Amino acid sequence: MDDLNALVRQALDEVSACAGLAALDEVRVRWLGKKGTLTEQLKALGALPGAERPAAGQRINEAKLALQGALDARREVLEQARVERELLAGRLDVTLPGRGEERGGLHPLTKVRLRIEQLFRRAGFEVARGPEIEDDFHNFGALNIPADHPARAMHDTFYFPDGKLLRTHTSPVQIRAMLERGAPIAIIAPGRVYRCDYDMTHSPMFHQLEGLVVDENVSFANMKAALHGFLQAFFERDLAMRLRPSYFPFTEPSAEVDMSCVFCEGKGCRTCKFTGWLEISGCGMVHPNVLRASGVDPERYSGYAFGMGIDRLMMLRYGLSDLRLAFENDLRFLRQFQAF
Amino acid sequence: MKVPYSWLADWVELSWDARELGSRLTMAGFELEALEAAAPPFAGVVVGEILSAERHPQADKLQVCRVAVGGGEPVQIVCGAANARAGLKSALAIVGARLPGDLEIGAARLRGVESCGMLASAKELGLADASAGILELPADAPVGRSLRDYLQLDEPVLEIAVTPNRGDAMSIIGIAREVAALSGKPLKAPRFDGVPDPAGTLAGNSSDALRDIVTVHLDVPGACPVFAGRIIRALNNRAVTPLWLSERLRRAGVRSISPVVDVTNYVMLELGQPMHAYDLGKLRGAIRVRLAREGEAIKLLDGKSIQAQADVLLITDADGPIGLAGIMGGERTAVSAATTDVFFEAAWFAPQAVIGRARRWGYVTDASQRFERGVDPTQQRRAMLRATSLLRASAGGAAGPIHLKQSSEHLPRRLPVPLRRQRLTRLLGISLADDRVESTLSALQMAVSGSGKGWEVTPPAHRFDIAIEADLIEEVARIVGFESIPESDAVAPQQFPAMPEERAPEQVVLETLASCGYHEQITFAFVDPVLQSRLFPDGHGLMLSNPIASDLSVMRLSLWPGLLTVARENQRRQQDRIRLFEHGARFVTGAGAEGATREINSIAAVALGARLPEQWAVPVDARGAVDFFDVKADLERLLEGTGARQSFTFQAPADGSGLSCLHPGRAARVLRGGQEVGWIGELHPSLVKALDFTYVPVLFELEMQALTVKKPQYREISRFPQVRRDLAVVVDEAIPLSALAERVTLSASSLLQHFRVFDVYRGPGVESGRKSVAFGLIFQDISRTLTDDDMERLMATIVADLRVALNARIRE
Repeated sequence: MDDLNALVRQALDEVSACAGLAALDEVRVRWLGKKGTLTEQLKALGALPGAERPAAGQRINEAKLALQGALDARREVLEQARVERELLAGRLDVTLPGRGEERGGLHPLTKVRLRIEQLFRRAGFEVARGPEIEDDFHNFGALNIPADHPARAMHDTFYFPDGKLLRTHTSPVQIRAMLERGAPIAIIAPGRVYRCDYDMTHSPMFHQLEGLVVDENVSFANMKAALHGFLQAFFERDLAMRLRPSYFPFTEPSAEVDMSCVFCEGKGCRTCKFTGWLEISGCGMVHPNVLRASGVDPERYSGYAFGMGIDRLMMLRYGLSDLRLAFENDLRFLRQFQAF
Repeated sequence: MKVPYSWLADWVELSWDARELGSRLTMAGFELEALEAAAPPFAGVVVGEILSAERHPQADKLQVCRVAVGGGEPVQIVCGAANARAGLKSALAIVGARLPGDLEIGAARLRGVESCGMLASAKELGLADASAGILELPADAPVGRSLRDYLQLDEPVLEIAVTPNRGDAMSIIGIAREVAALSGKPLKAPRFDGVPDPAGTLAGNSSDALRDIVTVHLDVPGACPVFAGRIIRALNNRAVTPLWLSERLRRAGVRSISPVVDVTNYVMLELGQPMHAYDLGKLRGAIRVRLAREGEAIKLLDGKSIQAQADVLLITDADGPIGLAGIMGGERTAVSAATTDVFFEAAWFAPQAVIGRARRWGYVTDASQRFERGVDPTQQRRAMLRATSLLRASAGGAAGPIHLKQSSEHLPRRLPVPLRRQRLTRLLGISLADDRVESTLSALQMAVSGSGKGWEVTPPAHRFDIAIEADLIEEVARIVGFESIPESDAVAPQQFPAMPEERAPEQVVLETLASCGYHEQITFAFVDPVLQSRLFPDGHGLMLSNPIASDLSVMRLSLWPGLLTVARENQRRQQDRIRLFEHGARFVTGAGAEGATREINSIAAVALGARLPEQWAVPVDARGAVDFFDVKADLERLLEGTGARQSFTFQAPADGSGLSCLHPGRAARVLRGGQEVGWIGELHPSLVKALDFTYVPVLFELEMQALTVKKPQYREISRFPQVRRDLAVVVDEAIPLSALAERVTLSASSLLQHFRVFDVYRGPGVESGRKSVAFGLIFQDISRTLTDDDMERLMATIVADLRVALNARIRE
């Protein structure tokens, strides 16, 4: 018996001394394999007297079980160590860059335009579009700007030899939309517009946002609420807004919209020329002549319209002071607006 | 318009300081654009009197002056001005004075003579752009007094923007009327001192003087119904305009020229009535206001000769035109320094007779601006009186009678405009008390009478912008203040507008290219005609009549000129890997005169430089220059977004039918359902060279319309296994892959799920002029498992078809 105990001790020592799975397997074969030492012990049972056999058999089996348990436990430890070694060997420098193409991006003016469209859509406006080459009627006549009206002088229009022109504002879309859909209507019309003027703050092509709401009982008070709501949503902050009387041939009353400067909170800075206010939009109640020219009865309906510069909104939003940069398309500029 | 505070104060009681006044006017529609003092800052300048002026002992051009400064000893000043003389009062900058431009005055020795200060010119004080000699002050100027105090140079000047509908406010009196309406303070009516009462003039003169008039004929009374004229004789136009008057002009932004011209300008600025003065000695016979004969020539005051059209109103005398009515006078009868007798004109020209005319010759004159917008037709006599009084005070002279020629029936009429209470409330969104409405309109000099539902309102003669109810509502809102109208949300019904799923969402389309590495650019829609015709020699670009520059003068036929231009500029900025896209309209005109222009909303891209950004784990050869197939893959990302990739085909253009700007063998027409919707290709090698590109740009352009989405329709997914067979065939070079795919698809019928090319090979083992194409075919049936027998039959059919149809040999 001491013999068996000694064998088991020796076997267990060998197991725990195993440094690898192959060595462990060798130990298993040596002790528990077909010709293993303990297996041999079982085979030798037959030589024992009948009365001793059950007890001896049981002891040998217990020894086998103990050894098997030790083998399994050791295997698990060694297996674990192997996995860990492999993991360690497979470790990457995760700071190396990923493979493949880089992301491009949308132009800042497009980003801003899409944001504006989304805001107005949520507020119940539809997005309308119109042609960039317009005729006199849609760009001027229907908007209550007859030939030789002094307001035309402010427009610096590009003309084509056939008398057509590049639209000077997005307002013609008002006319087209009303003629097409009638009232009630609530649309915005973002788009490119053109005026022959080029310097730090003027580009011969720029982007305007037109808004138009016509329904029974649409009031100046509604216009104020909509514009203020939009500006605060667009800039994501509380802003003061004021309307100053102004003049546009297609609205009456007409107003310029100022908002408190987003850079100095209205305290006065270079951007707002130390007035605390930024001129951001022109607006007004749609002139009855315009409604009439668009087939809408001004006795039954009233409405408001507004126009603002998408370029200016973009410049204020992203801190750009020279619009010309936006049309130079320097990749180093464009890459700055890569975000979704 | 520049409004000196004191000038305004002559016409209305002012209870606000300049800043407050400016903000009140701003909030009433007259935006304060600038608020500045009448002179730039300077200090230490006083009124000095030159007691004596003697020649400098060492210098011919210098004088040594003793100048009294009031109290204390006179100071010695060395002065180089020719007009420095004993008895003259001028501006003296004493030692320690600071002049504009940060000039500090100290004591100095000039050619050995001490000078304790400086006699200053208007220019040195920032009061003029140029001046000859030192400032000359009136004889009664108080010696020793600070010049700033004496000339009120700290007076604020408001620069106010007047909108084009408010011609009536382009004057001091016009702004004064607004201020009165806003503040409730009364208007003042200054007395025109020294104006001879016309009756008095008549009584005091001989009968000859009584008839001292120029006869005026109004041939076109609709265009010119009022013409006031007056002769003033024996004036001295070499006299110096009084300082107070020239200073006011200066503050209003007008340069002093001569007494006669200064007076006409003063009256125009003050009363809004443009005036003109003719040299009486150069006038011939009667004056006739008539329309020009087509092409009739006139030389204007500024020396420019123009030819008038038949709709241009002229002032003429017996010898021909002497002025463009309401725009500018003629040179022949212009007033000069030598003029002694003048004929003053204060007329009224209808806006329709003036509008647009001046602009034909590039003029925007003070007069044309006012007449175009509307001048008060009742003020001509008053203007004449004002001018006479001012002129006599500065240049003397004897005035004849005012000869007022008038055609009353042609004067503009002011009709009552109805204003409904309910409409006012509805349009503004607030209700105002009746008396508030009435007092507001009355304050604007409108005649208001109540009617049942509201009021009848008659605007005053000077207002040309009140024709309809909305105009009155605006006036009420403007004076009451837009800020007093609350913000109120409109009640909108819940409506669901159409949202066609087939319309590709713009943002997703753009983002697709962005995620392929392209940056969006935005360029002008007009491009360089030279570049454009190089790319599209057969295109008919729409030319602008008045381009801003010759290289921005034709509407783009394609987005490619813009893309190539920007790509080139970026290449110049050392960007060696460029991927750009743009979307927007291109403008296509059909050939011939009747060709209408279509605006085609398009999306286009250019790629050049390395296929992939420089990186560490991609073999160098995989980072070669981007080619046709790289860009085609990006275009295909877009096409796949339609859910109908298979409806698009790429077609190599037959010889001579391609775009000349593309490599003839590396370009394809993109079709959807057989309809051309775009192009893709490499830039033609000759253009690559001519445009100086380091890498070959690959371009595509596609109509946005072509990205119409096919709504997905669920089809049953097969539960049976799929089978793959690979095939390599040798065909002639001329056989495109599309022909192979088409043939195979036809033979395999509906069992073919995918056709995948995995190799195209030329070289040993393949005859020259032919190529080996290897592809995998994936089959699947919806209702059963495909057997080996099925597959053998199917492949045999395909192989046989390819052999017969395309002369394809199976490569083992």
